[in-house]
Amino acid sequence: MFSDVAPELIAFVDHSANQFLTFMLGDEEFGIDILQVQEIKGWGNVTKIPNMPDYILGVINLRGTIVPVMDLRIRFKLPSAEYSTTTVIIVTKAVDEGYERTVGMVVDAVSEVYDMSGDSMKPTPEFGCNVDTDFIQGLANIDDKMIILMNIDKLVSQEVKEHLTEAKTKSMTPELSS
Amino acid sequence: MELSDVIESFYDESLEGLDLMEDGLLNLQPGPVESETINEIFRAAHSIKGGGGIFGFDEISEFMHGVETLLDQLRAGEREASNNLIELLLESVDCARHMFKDLRDKKSLQQDRIQSLQNLLNDALADSGATSSTVEKNDDSEGKASTTTTDDSANRWQITFKPHPGMLAKANDPLRMIRELAELGSIKSSVILDKLPPFSEIDPVECYLGWQIELVAETSKAEIEDVFAWVLDECDLIIKEPECPEEPEESETPAVKKESSSPGATSPSGGSASDSIRVSIDKIDDLINLVGELVITQSMLSRFDSGDSELDLEAHRNGLSQLNRNTRDLQESVLQIRMLPIRFCFKRFPRLVHDISNKLNKQVELKLTGEDTELDKTVLERINDPLVHLVRNSLDHGMESKEERLKNNKQETGTIELNAYHESGNIIIEVIDDGSGLNTEKIRERAIERGLIDADEELDDDHINNLIFQAGFSTVDAVSDLSGRGVGMDVVKRNINALGGDVWMESKYGIGTKVSIRLPLTLAILDGQILRVGKEIYIIPLNSIIETLQIEPNRINTLPGNAKVYRLRDQHIPIIRLDYAFNTDADAEDLENGLLIIVDSERQRYGIWVDELLDQQQVVIKSLVSNFKHVRGISGATILGDGRVALILDVTGIVSTYGRRLTKPSIAIA
Repeated sequence: MFSDVAPELIAFVDHSANQFLTFMLGDEEFGIDILQVQEIKGWGNVTKIPNMPDYILGVINLRGTIVPVMDLRIRFKLPSAEYSTTTVIIVTKAVDEGYERTVGMVVDAVSEVYDMSGDSMKPTPEFGCNVDTDFIQGLANIDDKMIILMNIDKLVSQEVKEHLTEAKTKSMTPELSS
Repeated sequence: MELSDVIESFYDESLEGLDLMEDGLLNLQPGPVESETINEIFRAAHSIKGGGGIFGFDEISEFMHGVETLLDQLRAGEREASNNLIELLLESVDCARHMFKDLRDKKSLQQDRIQSLQNLLNDALADSGATSSTVEKNDDSEGKASTTTTDDSANRWQITFKPHPGMLAKANDPLRMIRELAELGSIKSSVILDKLPPFSEIDPVECYLGWQIELVAETSKAEIEDVFAWVLDECDLIIKEPECPEEPEESETPAVKKESSSPGATSPSGGSASDSIRVSIDKIDDLINLVGELVITQSMLSRFDSGDSELDLEAHRNGLSQLNRNTRDLQESVLQIRMLPIRFCFKRFPRLVHDISNKLNKQVELKLTGEDTELDKTVLERINDPLVHLVRNSLDHGMESKEERLKNNKQETGTIELNAYHESGNIIIEVIDDGSGLNTEKIRERAIERGLIDADEELDDDHINNLIFQAGFSTVDAVSDLSGRGVGMDVVKRNINALGGDVWMESKYGIGTKVSIRLPLTLAILDGQILRVGKEIYIIPLNSIIETLQIEPNRINTLPGNAKVYRLRDQHIPIIRLDYAFNTDADAEDLENGLLIIVDSERQRYGIWVDELLDQQQVVIKSLVSNFKHVRGISGATILGDGRVALILDVTGIVSTYGRRLTKPSIAIA
């Protein structure tokens, strides 16, 4: 499961002069590193997982792999929208502590692919404590638009770590005290 | 076949050989040795040494040579086995195992450990077989106490001489120095090649060699240093004084102790290092046969595809049912490959028990039964640590000392039994000891203190005893350096639960304890019952279902607090509504319109209430954790025939997490 490309992915994000896939959530355009996009899938057939936050829609079957799907609109506390024909799942590969996880993100529509150099990216302004900007990597201006560049890794690792203690006890390595 | 493959299988075989040696050594008793046992140990050592030589692992063959020589003398009856000798050989096995591990991981060897053990081996060899090594050790320490230099063994100097590469350029010849040393007494030297570069990179004016020299002479350190006086700045020189053979042993002992106190952690078979699996040729032959049949079926079916308009429906149907049968057989056979006898897990326990009981000075006999019981390799690997922990606990706390046992009218030697058998699609592993048992009263007090149970709660002894599996439960006076019963018990339980099994403890104070672990045979596939709650489809493992029944309204009773119980024969079974537990909508509002699945969790029955039961089918278990995280009450997921994902229920998890949820939570958890 450990990917050989994972470290390079991280490196790419850091000194980026690379391509971003953008997608729409309401009126805003978001971007993610295209190297982290595995595929784009039509919306459908999600199995609910009990007792999860509402933005975790459930899991889908991606050619035999069980992949969790998260609704980014709900996650970002945007007003929810009807799922339409353009609604898609972007299947992304996020790296969480060297461990690659495949996670689907439901977005309104896929938009463009932009080349972006490192200097067109601006840091996120400080909002004080009320705004959760942890998984925003930066803001970029292209063609008079602002694109919010996301750090998928952070978003996903927050999700899988939410119940850290629980996950630990279920991890493969038993830490038997002696 | 690549050379690296050959070397890999050499590692595998050698590690197996070391296991064999260990087994044999544990069977050795002080006194004259049984020729069959010693022959087996000797053969294993010999082939490891030989293999080491062939593949150029000189350290291994050199090290094993000493071991082999000792074993040879034992075999020839030239010396008798003593406890010390057996311990020494066991330590050598550990050390050799470590060497193999380091070689495999491409790490540098622990030279000092190897060296000191080698010295010990040499000492044992030098010691004539007539005196047992206990006496020998006494001799040595006396020699050390009086610091006599006339003692023969006290004249053995160990010199490590490693010239720096540029030494030759300064017109210093190492050979001259070794010759000079030889004039002081008799020398034995071996060359150290670890700095030697590949041939193409050798620079003829550089010195790459080093020497390990053993000098037997009546001399002083200063005299030896004089020999190297000209080159002291240009070489690494270590001169070990004659007392050294004694000293490294002392410094080594704690390290070895530490090692042996946790053999579970160090033994290679449990680690993830070996990813290969040995399959008996019979199983492979079965597979080949099945694949052959499959090919025949396939060619039979493909005839219908040839455009022949005359479609024979009957033959077609036959073909399909044959394909169905083939697939199922093939599936079973492939799963069989992953099945290994539990012997692989049990085999380390003789050593563990041997070491720990020695350390605790208790006499314990280990009985293993059902070693041929097969279970999935993954389960096998992951059950190992919990088992080690349970056995260690039994030894440390369960088992009384010899004196105490005699006082309590028990046999001096305690017994620990490891037992494995199959029972209705599960494997049961039992750890039984005839030790002191659990003090139920104390556990009860402690549980009340910790708020785990109420002071007036009526529980039978078994349920109280099983409270020790709760997190953080520990009866303080039972804690020692080996294990504190209660400290890791919750981890044991969690690990077993994570495998989809459960653990149960029965104990009689003063008589003994029995821990039973129930595990699914495999983690890859399970027989599942598909069920429905509202729009959701779930799968419950068939082997966790005791029975399913239609609800008779007059058998439902409501306890204060809206807890429902169902009267089934003479039992009162708590009802857990799956729609409440999973916060979803069921079709049926009232209990009597649904079905009840009776399950067993920790020897207590529960009724899980659902809308409808659908098919039974075998499902392939997929992990939720690999891309997501563990979800309470869910043990995994699977993909149904129509491509949808269905979640697999974890009965124990549901009971422990949602057993007390008596209404649907009013607010969604966000």
